[in-house]
Amino acid sequence: MNQRAPSPPTLPVSLAANPKLSSWLKFSSSGQVTVSPGKVEIGQGIVTALAQIAADELDIDLSRVQMIRASTVVSPNEGVTSGSLSIQQSGRALRHACAEVRHILLQQAAERLGVGSEALHIEDGIISGPGNVRTSYWELADEVSLDRDATPGVTPKIATSRALAGHSVQRIDIPDKVLGRPRFIHDHALAGMLHGRVLRPEHARAKLRDLSEDGARAVAGLVAIVRDGSFAGVVSETEHGAEAALNALRKGATWSDGELLPDENDLASFLKAQPSESTVIGQKTVAAPGTVARTIRRQYTRPYIAHASIAPSCAMAQWDGDRVHVWTHSQGVYLLRADLALVLNLPVENITVEHLEGAGCYGHNAADDVALDAVLLAKSAGGRPVRVQWSRHGEMSDAPFGAAMAIEIEADLDAQGEIIDWRHSIWSNGHVARPGRAAQPALLAAFELQNPFPRMVSTNPPQANGGGGDRNSVPLYDFPSWHIESHRLTTMPIRTSALRTLGGQGNVFAIESILDEIAAEHGEDPVAFRLRHLRDERAKDVIRAVAARAGWKPEKQPGIGHGIGFGRYKNTGAYCAAIAEIEGAEEINVRKLTLAVDVGEAINPDGVINQIEGGAIQATSWVLKERVRFDRERITSTSWTEYPILRFSEVPDVEVEVIQRPDIDPVGAGEAALGPVTAAIANAVFDALGVRVRDLPITRDRIIAAIDLS
Amino acid sequence: MPSVRFRLNGVELEVDADPDRSLLDILRGHLGMTGPHFGCGAGECGACNVIVGDRAISACDTPLWSVADRDVTTIEGLGTSERPHPLQRAFIAEQALQCGYCVSGILMSAAALLKRNPSPTSREVKEALDRNLCRCGSHNRMVRAVLRAAEEMAAG
Repeated sequence: MNQRAPSPPTLPVSLAANPKLSSWLKFSSSGQVTVSPGKVEIGQGIVTALAQIAADELDIDLSRVQMIRASTVVSPNEGVTSGSLSIQQSGRALRHACAEVRHILLQQAAERLGVGSEALHIEDGIISGPGNVRTSYWELADEVSLDRDATPGVTPKIATSRALAGHSVQRIDIPDKVLGRPRFIHDHALAGMLHGRVLRPEHARAKLRDLSEDGARAVAGLVAIVRDGSFAGVVSETEHGAEAALNALRKGATWSDGELLPDENDLASFLKAQPSESTVIGQKTVAAPGTVARTIRRQYTRPYIAHASIAPSCAMAQWDGDRVHVWTHSQGVYLLRADLALVLNLPVENITVEHLEGAGCYGHNAADDVALDAVLLAKSAGGRPVRVQWSRHGEMSDAPFGAAMAIEIEADLDAQGEIIDWRHSIWSNGHVARPGRAAQPALLAAFELQNPFPRMVSTNPPQANGGGGDRNSVPLYDFPSWHIESHRLTTMPIRTSALRTLGGQGNVFAIESILDEIAAEHGEDPVAFRLRHLRDERAKDVIRAVAARAGWKPEKQPGIGHGIGFGRYKNTGAYCAAIAEIEGAEEINVRKLTLAVDVGEAINPDGVINQIEGGAIQATSWVLKERVRFDRERITSTSWTEYPILRFSEVPDVEVEVIQRPDIDPVGAGEAALGPVTAAIANAVFDALGVRVRDLPITRDRIIAAIDLS
Repeated sequence: MPSVRFRLNGVELEVDADPDRSLLDILRGHLGMTGPHFGCGAGECGACNVIVGDRAISACDTPLWSVADRDVTTIEGLGTSERPHPLQRAFIAEQALQCGYCVSGILMSAAALLKRNPSPTSREVKEALDRNLCRCGSHNRMVRAVLRAAEEMAAG
């Protein structure tokens, strides 16, 4: 097992960016510790895991930790809560900050009590020593200022002396949620709150030509009709009134033609025909290449996928002169603030952005867009707060989608059927158009104003940050040579931004599918084939663990198939292997998923299992059912009927094995399962039916087409 | 303005509102009850489920007039912090959610199921929850939690 260096020479990245200790934690007079991370709860249990880390490092009971919601007033700026980085970034920073604060207070106690610090002992914040001397963090808190910068060199506790981290504790947000207490932004009422709704075109990017306001004006409770270019909306005393006024406004609107959308039935041709920017992602060469006996070339596609949060996006905003306060479920309060400042042409100091929990978002959905909507409508509310909530239709058509992808892999085989060269090419829009990162805003309403900002075209993060469309495209296997290339579209008729795993799901699906095919042609067991081509023991361990757990390979039964998939998220994060058991002929039923995962130190093992289970089930939904539908003019999958997701009766059994490695720095679990599960299901379909479906989702039509072709 | 009388979580109420308005709009907008959640407005996701009589129904597409003189139970009436319903205890014990937005509706579907079938099989639980959507993938934990609550209720 790897050993962590005893004392890291530099500060954890989030702490280096926000070094002041008091920005992370404070002692309150009531025997509590308030902990203020920059990451936010999005249903992943991060707030509990961070509380565990803090309580452990400070030697206090978990119940003494009060977690503060992120806001631009009090929180360290930790960018965005995404990419399975919260434990890695916030967790490490907090662990270090708490270790240093503990050390500072211990020194102070030693001085006050006249005892060497090595003779002191801390239990639940009470510091005691020989001769019955004692004090506490809270007694000492006034004597010590934490308004000082963190320093490198403090060593957090070793794994074996942590009491909480590594154990499954109950999430602190769950009681509120099952008791129906108001906890979500949607349930938050502000004094004097008004309700707003925004009018958006049916056809893609149509412009508002004419707007008759008469109908809306006649609706009881109307406070204002707002129009700025193609951005239009209503403000009302009640939510009901806002809905009615919006309906009336819609009837009074005349729109221009929209812009042409691609042919949803030929996405690969569309993606490959668009102007694009090409980047070589990875290249490996070999001095003496082998002789190519044959080349296997396969194309894989995945469609646009909706975030499809169960809750429509929601925000509140309130103006006070030239200052505005925003309540949001955005994944990044500072980033949203930066974009709002661009649109409003205000200094960031005039804008306060405060987080309130939303429903699971699985990436960049409309959370940020609706915040700007609320800010713009609230300008006409005379200083009263305005709450805006999108409709289901809006959430499914105007929010960014996960980008469609076409992936081509060519594998050169030698005479023995061994892979001697590997080429992987991706055509896709960029996978990220998050706010706060560019000189232009990424928020929908900004593109609709009378003086519009240009529509942002999504980009890809660099490989050093895990890449975007190219995420997980560099193989983890020991092929002698490879060439990996990404073609990022520079046009974007369908709006895309970050969806869970970015390109990781598509690339792992492609790699693990063609590998399965090559192994089968080679007459080799797919588990053995993968193990033979891996050098990383942690990778092999998750594959061995999942194979053992699933009893690989179960005896062949008619109509039943088993398949495996493996990946290490971003090639630097969590290791995950999945085995799918499916049943079916034309309709596929995923009966069981078995997974093994290695996230290093699992802070809250049940939390890790919950995330892996959730990722596995969501991936099953993507693979079997999900595809954003559109004709040439508009998005047509605007309800749950047209965009079905997996239901209770269709959900597979899921078993998860966590390989606990207490001495290895923790990484996130939220996205590890999706690529491996996608591939495992596709490979199980082949095992059951003898056909390869290379276009997602794997529907009845696609299976029939594949059978007809074979 | 016409008024509609019904019992909400055991309390008699008279609401002055257009009887064609949705029950969800009345609960959330008129009465400030935020337990039932808006998800789709079309009865397709179950986030707003409440119990009317002994059946779980979606409040977003149920008109107010249709609950006249009937018993309506929301998540707020299921249990309290001091006396949580066995389902609520079981959901905590199983950590049976991720984001939790769908949970209040799911609990109401489950509560209606346990009223008519106190010892359901796993398949019956899945059938009873099949019109409730969960996007986070917490389904299996929720099914386990419902079965756990049923056992606890049977044991008294």
